[in-house]
Amino acid sequence: MKNTPVQLHVITRIVAFIILAFSIFLFFAGHNNPGGGFIGGLMTASALVLLFLSFDIKTIKKVLPFNYAKIIASGLLLAVLTGMVGMFLGRPFLKQFFKYYEFPILGETELTTALPFDLGIYLVVVGFTLLVILTVAEDDS
Amino acid sequence: MSMLHFVTLAPFIMAIFVPIIYKKFRHLHTGWFILPLPLILFIYLFQYLPLDGAPMETVSHSVSWVPSLDINFTVYLDGLSLLFALLITGIGTLVVLYSIYYIANKKEEPLNNFYVYLMMFMGAMLGVVLSDNLIVLYVFWEITSLASSLLIAYWFHKEKSRYGAQKSMLITVTGGFSMLAGFTLLYLMADTFSIRGIIAVADVIVTSPLFIPAMLLILLGAFTKSAQFPFHIWLPDAMEAPTPVSAYLHSATMVKAGIYLVARMTPVFGGQAEWFWIISSFGLFTLLWGSVSAVRQKDLKGILAFSTVSQLGLIMSLLGLGSAAYHYDIIDGTSLPVVAILAAVFHLINHATFKGSLFMVVGIIDHETGTRDIRKLGGLMTIMPITFTVSLIGIASMAGLPPFNGFLSKEMFFTGTLNSATLDVFNVGNLGVIFPIVAWIASVFTFIYCMIMLFKTFTGKHQPEKLDKAAHEAPIGLLISPIILASLVIVFGLFPNLLSYTIIEPVMQSIMPGLTASGEQFYVNIYHWHGFNTELFMTMGVIFFGSLLFLNQKKWQETAFYLRERDPLNWFYDNGLTGLINGSSVVNNVQMTGRLRDYFSYMFIFLIAIVSFMLWQSNALTVDFTNTTEIPSYMYLVSLSLILCTIVIPFVSKRISAIVLMGVVGFLVALLFVVFRAPDLALTQLLVETVMVVLFLLVFYHLPELRKETFKPVFRLSNLIISIGVGLVVTLTALSVHAYSYENPISPISDFFVENSYALAGGNNIVNVILVDFRGLDTLLEVLVLGIVALGVVVLIKFKARKGEDV
Repeated sequence: MKNTPVQLHVITRIVAFIILAFSIFLFFAGHNNPGGGFIGGLMTASALVLLFLSFDIKTIKKVLPFNYAKIIASGLLLAVLTGMVGMFLGRPFLKQFFKYYEFPILGETELTTALPFDLGIYLVVVGFTLLVILTVAEDDS
Repeated sequence: MSMLHFVTLAPFIMAIFVPIIYKKFRHLHTGWFILPLPLILFIYLFQYLPLDGAPMETVSHSVSWVPSLDINFTVYLDGLSLLFALLITGIGTLVVLYSIYYIANKKEEPLNNFYVYLMMFMGAMLGVVLSDNLIVLYVFWEITSLASSLLIAYWFHKEKSRYGAQKSMLITVTGGFSMLAGFTLLYLMADTFSIRGIIAVADVIVTSPLFIPAMLLILLGAFTKSAQFPFHIWLPDAMEAPTPVSAYLHSATMVKAGIYLVARMTPVFGGQAEWFWIISSFGLFTLLWGSVSAVRQKDLKGILAFSTVSQLGLIMSLLGLGSAAYHYDIIDGTSLPVVAILAAVFHLINHATFKGSLFMVVGIIDHETGTRDIRKLGGLMTIMPITFTVSLIGIASMAGLPPFNGFLSKEMFFTGTLNSATLDVFNVGNLGVIFPIVAWIASVFTFIYCMIMLFKTFTGKHQPEKLDKAAHEAPIGLLISPIILASLVIVFGLFPNLLSYTIIEPVMQSIMPGLTASGEQFYVNIYHWHGFNTELFMTMGVIFFGSLLFLNQKKWQETAFYLRERDPLNWFYDNGLTGLINGSSVVNNVQMTGRLRDYFSYMFIFLIAIVSFMLWQSNALTVDFTNTTEIPSYMYLVSLSLILCTIVIPFVSKRISAIVLMGVVGFLVALLFVVFRAPDLALTQLLVETVMVVLFLLVFYHLPELRKETFKPVFRLSNLIISIGVGLVVTLTALSVHAYSYENPISPISDFFVENSYALAGGNNIVNVILVDFRGLDTLLEVLVLGIVALGVVVLIKFKARKGEDV
């Protein structure tokens, strides 16, 4: 490419990682503060979309060689399996569990089945957004 | 989760591993890996048999599934479930063994599909017979329909296989739906989905006006599944399935699901005149129709298919006749109709053994000669001696000849019909004479088709030039399973009381829970020799007239009746289906224009209509500004810009500007969320809006330049009216809700979430807790939709139709 937009690239690199970090924060904050899997996933997706927009698709695909269809599938699987945990313990499907545990460094932390479930949602949202956007963008015919 | 739950789920778990096994071990037949599973299940279930003569202990375990809707995965094992579970796993083992030799391990054979479907079917069938909850039963019931139609279409490149699969699916699933409706009605009456719970209140629900509709709907499900007249037409077409499938699904298990359901429901509905008449008359007519139609078949599997139809009718009619025993308040072993139930249970077992072996034998003949047409076959007795012996045993049992088990159950069948003829309830009266007469005529035809099967295949002249392959005896692997079943035919025939204390008695106890007083046992005694009575003379008559008609076959072979092989009822199915497709395509063409704006106008018109109708009907339309808070001045600004942007969008001709304006609307809505303190929604809205704008830009990049479309004024006017109407209705509803909530203070649902979100789910963010905990199922299904949509987009774009290609 002749006119490489250097400034855009540099800024995108920094900003994309800030957004990614923030999206991870949002994801974990979800249970008690604004955030969660859906929003976190959307934010991650928008960071990646930003990368795709400023660099070309080929470059980013080399750096992030994900199969987004598989990400959707694994997200769904994760959500369903989390829901099934309850069934193996004799409770209904999607029964939630939570408990506080003491961890080194982190201190008292809440562990809940909502988190892996939310992670499933997160993965589906990221996979969906990118799969759709990339498929549409790559369509040249 | 108990062991019985795992018994039900084991085949499904196995099904997951089948494709992996198939890929990893290509040189070994996948069936060898499957074989241990049904065998282990059979041995496990066998332990529940009361071998010491004591009454059978029922076992019940429950796992809650959707407890709020009373849907629990409860497994319940009593005599009836045990009998069916043993049949499913026992014959399942033999069928898997047989299939290993029947379906060759060649590269083009999709064995993995076959065994996945078979395992799916086995698990579903176990689920049907073991679950106590009607909804769970229904779910498994539909899986059996699905799995069986997949199995019928196993050789899907054949047109006939696909036709048969579709037919069986359409008919059985229609029945399944009506059965679900019947279950729902039962729930309304009994307030429980548990079968035992419903039986417990059976005497109360009899008086309900919903009782008869529920009965009819459930019977429709049972009749379609068990191929009762006039729904039997799917069964002969299902014979396109590989023979192991026919032996398994269409003789031993799936078609008996309807029988199982009727037997299971007898304690609820039994003793009612409608139940008695419907089941016994449909059963008897099916028996007659099936046996008469079987005589006309030229295909060995066709004969067996109609024979199965007729035998299912026999069992069904016996269950109907026996249900009369419920009418006499005290059911005891001496009550006459009880014999009918006994005969039904006994014949069920016998039918599974002899019909299973016969199907396998026919498969062998097909396999070794390349045809099943009786006009081409003949003289195989000396070429295939073992096959002949097995067939002889099976056919003799089917024809009801001593000393095989079919003779015993057929005699009991005659006893049952003769007893019913003397019934003094349900206005039976003189009509009762019909029962033994129909039974006898059907038995004559049964005898004839049995003779046809035996003699046309094994005696006469061998015509090698008509066969695709040189006939020879089958390999031992193919023979093991039918030999085992045929030996059971002999064993049960010679020692019928092996079964009576171990399995028939517990089954009788579960069909008729009040059969004996507590502590007592019901004694079943089955004898070969029961004196010179009417039943024996009836059998002699059957043999005499059957042989007479068979020997004089030539006289009626050329008649139209005999030459017409296909069931005339198929006309209704075929024309009905074409009519349905044509009719729905007419409706579709009117409604589905392919233009998004039309769909939107349908939706909005519907919305306006339904909401305004409800507002008007419940007299809820009130506008009341007395309790409103003051609106801050910047809100006017936000609202004004929102309205302005929205109005401008239709008048913009540049695409980019339109997209940007849409974005502005979205961001302003996000601003509103911020103002009204909903950070979660604002965040989501912002992000969605961002992604949407990007997506829009990408999509529109590929579209042609926006051109000014000229619409007719009528179209524009109607759109204007619709949009104003939507706005008006939504605004009025909001205002009414506002006014109403002040008049009648009702606690909003959000209070519940505010109180419980931390206590129950351990989260402070209510929105998120609702999403992942309280309404987790919604979220799960929403992301499922997302996934499907993504796949749809990929498919649409990546696999675009080539030029002129029809999608």
